[in-house]
Amino acid sequence: MSLSLRIEDLRKSYARPVLGGINYQFMPDRVYALMGPNGAGKSTLFRLLALLEKPDHGRVIYENGPVDILDDMNLRRRITLLLPESGLFNTTVLANAAYGLRLRGVGRAEAKRLAVEALASVGLEHKADQRALTLSSGESQRLALARAIAIRPEVFFLDEPTASLDPENREIIEEALLSMRGRTGIILSTHDRTQAEKLGDVILMLKDGKLSEEG
Amino acid sequence: MHYIILVLKDALSLLLHPSRELIGVVVLSMLVSGGGLIAAAIAGLPLAAFLAFSTRFAHLRTVTVHLLNTFMGMPPVVAGLALYLLLSRSGPFGVLGLLYTPSIMALAQFLLALPLVAALSHSAMVAVRPEVILAARSLGASPFQRVRTVIYEARYGIIAGLMAGFGRVMAEVGAVIIVGGNIKGYTRTMTTAIALETDKGDFELAIALGILLLAISLVMNFSMYFFQRKGKYQ
Ligand SMILES: Nc1ncnc2c1ncn2[C@@H]1O[C@H](COP(=O)(O)OP(=O)(O)OP(=O)(O)O)[C@@H](O)[C@H]1O
Ligand SMILES: [Mg+2]
Repeated sequence: MSLSLRIEDLRKSYARPVLGGINYQFMPDRVYALMGPNGAGKSTLFRLLALLEKPDHGRVIYENGPVDILDDMNLRRRITLLLPESGLFNTTVLANAAYGLRLRGVGRAEAKRLAVEALASVGLEHKADQRALTLSSGESQRLALARAIAIRPEVFFLDEPTASLDPENREIIEEALLSMRGRTGIILSTHDRTQAEKLGDVILMLKDGKLSEEG
Repeated sequence: MHYIILVLKDALSLLLHPSRELIGVVVLSMLVSGGGLIAAAIAGLPLAAFLAFSTRFAHLRTVTVHLLNTFMGMPPVVAGLALYLLLSRSGPFGVLGLLYTPSIMALAQFLLALPLVAALSHSAMVAVRPEVILAARSLGASPFQRVRTVIYEARYGIIAGLMAGFGRVMAEVGAVIIVGGNIKGYTRTMTTAIALETDKGDFELAIALGILLLAISLVMNFSMYFFQRKGKYQ
C-alpha cells in the first residue's frame, strides 16, 4: 500500500519565478513521467515533493488513507528522490546500497542481505566490495538507483534516471523500474518521449511554471 | 667527517642503551605534545563541525574561520611570548604559578594545534560535495545522521588536519622553551634538549633525539599513507 500525494498551489521562485501555483493529485502506485524543457523547474519540483526544500507558498500533502501524516522525518523516510548526480559515498558499493537501511536502524546482517538484493536488481552484486567512486558513470547511476530501491520507498522520485547513459544501462534501469510498477508510486522526469510513453501511466508536462496532463 | 661518524656512533649507542634522562625527555615530549594534540582534537573537531553545519551565527562563524586561518600561521615564539606575559609572576594569571610547568607547555601546544586541526577539518567538511549531502538527506538521514555522514566523507581531510597538528606539536621549540623554561628533568622536551645540547656542543644526545623525532614522524606518515590509500581506488 503506498502513499497518495497532493500538491496545492505550489509556488517557488529563485531569481525569477519557477513554479507558479501548481495543483495536482498523484494517485498511489501509478507511474508518472514528467517532461518539460530545460530550466522548466522539474528538479525544483522534485526537491519540493521529496520534502528536501520548502516551497515559497502552497503545500505538499501526503496521505495514507484519510489521515494526514504530520511527522516529517518519519514521512521523509517513506519517500526518496534519486538525483541526476549520483552523489555516491566514498565507501564500498555494498555500504552505499545499505546506507538508507542502516539509517533506519536495520541491523548489519539484514541490511547487507537487502542491499545485495537491491544490487542484484541493477546487476551490480558482483561489485559489492569495490570502492563506489571507482565505478563507471553508468554503474554509478545504477548504484544510486539500488541505494534508493533498497529502502523500498512508497513514493519514488527519479530526476532524469537515465540521462547520458548508453542503451544497455538505460535498459537495466528501465527494467528495474518496471519491476516496481504497481507496488510503488513512481514519478520520473525525462527528456525522452519514448521512455515517457514506455514507463509512464500518465505523462505530465511542466512548462511556464504550470503542470498539465497529456493524453 | 671522521668526527661526525664518531658522534653518530655514540648517538646510536645512546639510543640502544637509553639513559634515564633520555627516556624522561621522550616521555615528557609525548605527554606534552600528545596531550596538547588530543585536547586540540577534542575542541577542534566539534568547533569545525559547528562552523561547517550551523546555519546560525553567520557572522560569528565567518570571523572564527578567519581567526583560525590567521592563527594557523602564528609563529610559536609569539604564542609563547603571549602565554609568558599572561602567566609570569607580574602577569594577570601569575598567581596560578603555572609558568615553567609541563601543564602550561601542553596548553601552548594545544593553542598552536587547535587552529590547524579546526581549520583543516573545517575545510575538509565544507569540501564534501553538495550532491552527496543531498543524497544523504533524500535517503532519509536526520540532521544528526547527515552531520555524521559528512564527517565520515571528510575523514581523510580530517586525519590530514590531525597529522598537521601532530607535526606542529612535535616540531615545536619556540613556545615550549619560553613557557617551560627547558628545566632539566622537569620541562625539557626532545626539541628543547636538542637546542640546548647543540648549543653546548654535546651532539650525541642531540643527534639521538633528532633520529627519534624523524622515526616518529616516519611512522606517523606511513600510517597516514596506508590509511589514505585504503580510501582511494584499489
Ligand atoms: N538553488 C537555486 N538557486 C537559484 N536558481 C535556481 C536554483 N535551483 C534552480 N534554479 C533555477 O530554477 C530554474 C529551474 O531549474 P530546474 O533545475 O528545476 O529545471 P529543470 O526543469 O530540472 O531543468 P533540466 O531539464 O535542465 O534539468 C532554472 O532557471 C534554474 O536556474
Ligand atoms: Mg533538472
